[in-house]
Amino acid sequence: MSGTHAHSPSANTAYVQKTIIEPSPPPASETGAMKWVRENLFSSIPNSLLTLLTLYVIYQALMVVVPWIANGVWGTEGEGPNSLDECRQQLEGAVGGCFAVIRERWQQLLFGNYPKDELWRPTVAFFGLILAALPVMFVKLPRVLLIFTGIFPFVTYWLLWGGTIWAPVLFLGTVVLGYVVYSKLVGQSFFMGILGFLAVVFIGGNFLVGPIADALQGIIPISLSDVESREIGGFILNFVLGITCVSLSLPLGILLALGRQSNLPIIKGICVVFIEFIRGVPLITLLFVASVMLAYFLPPDANFDIMVRVIIMITLFASAYIAEAIRGGLAALPKGQYEAGDSLGLDYWQSMRLIILPQALKISIPSIVNIAIGLFKDTTLVSIISMVDLLGMIQQRIFNTTEWFGVYWELLGFAAFLFFIICYGISQYSQWLERQLATDHR
Amino acid sequence: MSMVEAPPPGFKLSMLINDSRYRGYTFQTIAFIALMCLAAVMVMNAAANLERLGKDISFDFLWQGASYDIYPQLIPFESTDTHFRAAMVGVLNTLLVAFFGCIAATVIGVIAGVLRLSNNWLIAKVMAIYVEIFRNVPVLLWILLIMQIVAISFNNPLDYRGEDPTATVVWGMFAFTTLGIYMPAPVWNPGSGVVVAVFIASIIAMFFYSRYRKKVLFDTGRILPGFPVMLGLFFVPALLAFFIMGRPIGLDYPAMGAFTFSGGALIGGPFIALWLALSLYTGAFIAENVRAGILAISKGQTEAASALGLRPNRTMSLVVLPQALRVIIPPVISQYLNLTKNSSLAAFIGYQEITGTLMGITLNQTGRSFEAVLLGMLIYLLISLAISFMGNLYNASVKLKER
Repeated sequence: MSGTHAHSPSANTAYVQKTIIEPSPPPASETGAMKWVRENLFSSIPNSLLTLLTLYVIYQALMVVVPWIANGVWGTEGEGPNSLDECRQQLEGAVGGCFAVIRERWQQLLFGNYPKDELWRPTVAFFGLILAALPVMFVKLPRVLLIFTGIFPFVTYWLLWGGTIWAPVLFLGTVVLGYVVYSKLVGQSFFMGILGFLAVVFIGGNFLVGPIADALQGIIPISLSDVESREIGGFILNFVLGITCVSLSLPLGILLALGRQSNLPIIKGICVVFIEFIRGVPLITLLFVASVMLAYFLPPDANFDIMVRVIIMITLFASAYIAEAIRGGLAALPKGQYEAGDSLGLDYWQSMRLIILPQALKISIPSIVNIAIGLFKDTTLVSIISMVDLLGMIQQRIFNTTEWFGVYWELLGFAAFLFFIICYGISQYSQWLERQLATDHR
Repeated sequence: MSMVEAPPPGFKLSMLINDSRYRGYTFQTIAFIALMCLAAVMVMNAAANLERLGKDISFDFLWQGASYDIYPQLIPFESTDTHFRAAMVGVLNTLLVAFFGCIAATVIGVIAGVLRLSNNWLIAKVMAIYVEIFRNVPVLLWILLIMQIVAISFNNPLDYRGEDPTATVVWGMFAFTTLGIYMPAPVWNPGSGVVVAVFIASIIAMFFYSRYRKKVLFDTGRILPGFPVMLGLFFVPALLAFFIMGRPIGLDYPAMGAFTFSGGALIGGPFIALWLALSLYTGAFIAENVRAGILAISKGQTEAASALGLRPNRTMSLVVLPQALRVIIPPVISQYLNLTKNSSLAAFIGYQEITGTLMGITLNQTGRSFEAVLLGMLIYLLISLAISFMGNLYNASVKLKER
């Protein structure tokens, strides 16, 4: 009797735990950094080999790049080094980049042969560009800022090319007048509205702006010194070409896409042939057309700037690609949307403007941004027809000089860096925008 | 409620604009007339301009002597040959770099795209960096950069000369010089035709074996050995034929002569640079397409496959890839087109393809800019149409067959 339940639970029992045992830490290989490393770097033997190999390659690459950047010679204004030889003397045989070339030639790289005293003009234009782009990029900013975006092209034209301020101001006025005419006529039909707009801009731009601007210039002279197109070069040339051509090709691309989707055989045929032809040939051949062929097709007395000809051709090139992107968006819309427009009694342009295009454009934004990035990169090709953009500057103006003969990596690396920053930035923005606009499934 | 009145009979001029039955014709007629007017103005301008400059349009220059050299040449070309033949050599060079570029870009793109989804964090990040860097920098810059790498890191041919050369020929086979890479060239002795024929036959046999294997798998569920048989078919018959015929195919090694290498084959530096740059650049885009294609296959497919007891590699080859290919192929074909068109950038580094011959030297020699650029565009258009035609054929064959 006493043996079976000798002990009641009391203070001196040995086997009842009164305090909670602290949970023992998980094995070292299953926590924190160790676990992460095991799972993400050494999960299996092939994976481990791959990791080690990659680490070795990265190490080798860093061993070259890090000293090259760390030992790089920048020099100072005035005392040099002002040539590759002086750079090498300063390096005394060590591995290092000769970044002095960027310090000495940065104006040429960014602005081309733009007059030295007028560099504030492209700089102001660049910051203006950022301000003008912001309200377009971020819908949440106050819409009033869009007024600045509307004025920006005219201001920039005046800033970059100079001349009297009255020409761009009057042209802006003509566009505003055209818009007034458009909004009067659009009640009747969208087509008439556009026609009226184009007529006002064409007549005003061709016949009225020139004489009136001259007259006004005589009364109130405000002007900047003229800059020739061929003096504009370097990175701003890439910017001017890229932004002008993308913005001009958007409306053209929309029209082409609508034409290709239309059920009017002749219009559809024209659009298909145009798009497929442009997409079938390289940009470089179109640039050849701009430089040697286009002049034949223009009136004999017309003297079009090479810049204008190149902008025409690149715009046509981009519009074909943008048309295809928008066509993808149009095709992705459910048929019910088209039918909804019809059943509401909207005519073609109304249903396109109010129902179809807003949705189709939203769908095609990512591909349009990709095309814009591609186009910005492709503006480097203009150096084949002797327009000196950033790459043309490096290849034709700096590689050839006796001082800097042989500094390839620094200059090409600098150009690659600039392009990377901008293109990567835009593509990140596009991904962000895509997430913002994703309204269908959340 | 009023009845809808029937349209009044008869035809009024205003119906051309206001009646949707006729409006389409009106607009099309206007568009057509506008186009014709534009074309007429352009032709008249061209005629006036040509007359003013004392020029005419004529393609006779194609049959004049070219008097320049082209390298590389896939068909024999002497400087006494015509401009037309020069253009043809250029076209072949375009096709050459496009062909090898597409193959390399596909290999690079598939590897990078799959590895970017790898569960190895480091390798996935490295591949992401590769893709972003190459996609966001102009292809022209890559071509120039890689051309510099070739020009700087390869040896001067003179280094291989003399009693005590500073550079050595790797394995006695490959010499990396600034002119390009010298490598052994095959020598076709009599009897080599048999070996080649046997090799081609075994490739065809491989194709039929893989179809038979698929058929057996689908009919009976039996899995025949794949890789070992393929490997055997690839090597054994050709090697047997090679030794039975008494080793008819030899190798001609490059050897340093008095001034240059003799023997072997030279792959030019510009070709290597262009090929590498185009493949790496396009490979980055293809990697994105491959990644998107694999991600587009819903996770349920993979899970269903593992629920059926398929091992991961079979899941990939039997379930995920066949479906992903449908998503991947159309954008990859357009990347092939881009690569072909980008090969025109060869003009910047002196690889002589169609832009360098017809639209380059021929244009400058004859001054026939109008005709040369027109012909060049037509040739590119034909090549592009051919590629997209072949792509569409292949695309149709893998398309989902809906019933």
